[in-house]
Amino acid sequence: MSRVQFADANKKQELRLTSTDVAVSRLLIEGGKMLSEHAEEILEALWIQIEEKDGLLDVGASRDEPAIEELVKLGLVKLEGNHLRLLEKGKKEAEGAIRRHRLAERLMVDVLQIKSKIMNEVSCRFEHLLHKGLEDNVCILLGHPKVCPHGKPIPPGKCCQEKAGKRPVKIISSLIDLETKERGEVAYLHAKDSTKMQKLISMGALPGVSITLLTRFPSVVFQIGQSQFAVDEEIAKAIYVRVIK
Amino acid sequence: MLEQFAKRYGYDDPLEIYLSRIQALLAGDYGISKRSLALLLLQEDSEMLDSVKSREKGFVDIESIIEEARRYYPHPLTYLISLRRQQEVNQIVKRCVSYPAKERVPFPEYLSQLMMNPFFGGPLLLVVLYYFLYKFVGGFGAGVLVDFLENHVFITYINPFMTKLVTSTVPLKPLQDLLVGEYGIITLGVRYAVAIILPIVTTFFFAFAIIEDTGYLPRLAMLIDRLFKKIGLSGRAVIPLVLGFGCDTMATMVTRTLPTKRERIIATLLLALAIPCSAQMGVILALLSGKPVALILWLSVIILVFLLVGFLASKIMPGELPSFYMEVPPLRFPLLSNILRKTYSRMIWYLKEILPLFIFASGLIWLGQITGLFGILVKLMEYPIKLLGLPSQAAVSFLFGFFRRDYGAAGLYDLKKLGLLNTNQLLVSCVTLTLFLPCIAQLLMNIKERGIRMGIAMSIFILLFSFSVGFLVNLTLVSLGINL
Repeated sequence: MSRVQFADANKKQELRLTSTDVAVSRLLIEGGKMLSEHAEEILEALWIQIEEKDGLLDVGASRDEPAIEELVKLGLVKLEGNHLRLLEKGKKEAEGAIRRHRLAERLMVDVLQIKSKIMNEVSCRFEHLLHKGLEDNVCILLGHPKVCPHGKPIPPGKCCQEKAGKRPVKIISSLIDLETKERGEVAYLHAKDSTKMQKLISMGALPGVSITLLTRFPSVVFQIGQSQFAVDEEIAKAIYVRVIK
Repeated sequence: MLEQFAKRYGYDDPLEIYLSRIQALLAGDYGISKRSLALLLLQEDSEMLDSVKSREKGFVDIESIIEEARRYYPHPLTYLISLRRQQEVNQIVKRCVSYPAKERVPFPEYLSQLMMNPFFGGPLLLVVLYYFLYKFVGGFGAGVLVDFLENHVFITYINPFMTKLVTSTVPLKPLQDLLVGEYGIITLGVRYAVAIILPIVTTFFFAFAIIEDTGYLPRLAMLIDRLFKKIGLSGRAVIPLVLGFGCDTMATMVTRTLPTKRERIIATLLLALAIPCSAQMGVILALLSGKPVALILWLSVIILVFLLVGFLASKIMPGELPSFYMEVPPLRFPLLSNILRKTYSRMIWYLKEILPLFIFASGLIWLGQITGLFGILVKLMEYPIKLLGLPSQAAVSFLFGFFRRDYGAAGLYDLKKLGLLNTNQLLVSCVTLTLFLPCIAQLLMNIKERGIRMGIAMSIFILLFSFSVGFLVNLTLVSLGINL
């Protein structure tokens, strides 16, 4: 991966970002909460070079890039001639960036079903929107995946250690996929025809409402507040639930 | 004050703008605030849309605002408005309601879960049917009560007394026949209605009220929904269908609770064809009593017809597929006073509706007899009756059956008492009569609820179908050389 490609890709992305995106990221960067996209990408490349290949990253003529300057200033990397060395502080930062990138890839493939050809481009943009802390939610949602769609390891986060060994915990699932007696909160409704939606609304199955699945067979019975309702599978499928543990 | 409240708990800005734009266009007085009306219009309440359409000159503009609002939001407006209201409700409830933590599952909840368990629910249904329908309605109602009222009250006291009274006071023989003859209004019409049908229907309504008040029916609906989907119905249809075991006419009226036209038509057809009402069933149980094999065969044929016709109807009938949703109320111990009140009001409804029909039917038969028309019709019926392998006397019962199915069944009961029917013939006639044309009251109700074309078409189909099934049952018995 050469520097020129980096710069080009970055330029394209810059152009596609809306003015709000730019304003938000500038605020975050200035507040010191977030690295610029380019700087994050350099960190990632460095991490891959060190952990998965060998040797240092040759930055060649681009040593005066503002992104590199940014990294050096923050004490994440050290410039040694034409080579960048990842410092201890930078290693942690880089690991997080890699984790976000690969989780984003998983999300793209597993949940959003994006074709793998365009996956890298989309997840490259997406990972930067995945702010720190949020990636753990994605990780939980995906059931703590160990590898990215290319088979490369995803650095484990805090959430993975906490839940280690337990079955994957889904954040959002259709009511029908809940275990019986499992409780959740209605996240959203998704029904193609409006009459079905109307029925759900009249039963009080609205976002934010606590819902418990009582039986799944022969019909679905759930409880909302103090009331119980029996519905068929088609209607139950329209209720998406955030599982409460 | 109300205005302030509305502002405080308002919707998001665009929706508020749409609301005020619609409000500005509403000139008429609809008995509710303009804001409420505008909200209903945005939610496309069909009743309000119709009423506003007929009264507002600027309706086209209102319509375009609704359309604009609909396009502005990614979700249906009903959804968004309900969502906002729910938010507010949650806020209020959170502040003032607290629920005690439940330590263990209370007993009614445990029982409720058992009722909704497919392995337990099936046997439970059989127990309910056996005790409530077979033992209580069939045994006590159709057996003990009918025997007492018919043999001890009517035949011993009322009929001889009335016959004496009429023959001594009414001079003309035809008029005497109208009142106390073989098919007389008092000796036959009132006797059938009061001594045979009334005790059966009353015991059924009593049992049904108990089942209804416990909250068992929604649980049964939930169990049976998957099966009912195969015959084009949803679990919800279990209520009119079970009620049909009491009175098909009343049940046909209750099909209104089904959400789609398609379901209503299928349920009406199945009620008319394959659900015997309590009066019919009482008499059929009496006819087949002591003949368990014939009873089981009768039951199997009827269930088969029910499923087959339902399945075919669901394949043929166009329209949206049924969806099932129902509140499951907590199980409650029924109150005797409520049950008695319900039974009483249904009984009154039944008497008001039924007694005139019995008298009407008696009158028609009497008229038919003295004009000779009845004889011709009976003669006409004799041929198809012979095809079923039945004695020609049964034709009378089938003709009666047109006036009331149970009327016909009761006629067969008389034939059985005379020893004119063997078990094979009993089975064939019970099957045919169960499937046969609905009684006059139900025919009228079918026409009222489903329209004249559908009502007549259903009746013709049922007439042909019931005789075909009876014919097939007889043919099978004869060709297999079975003598029950």
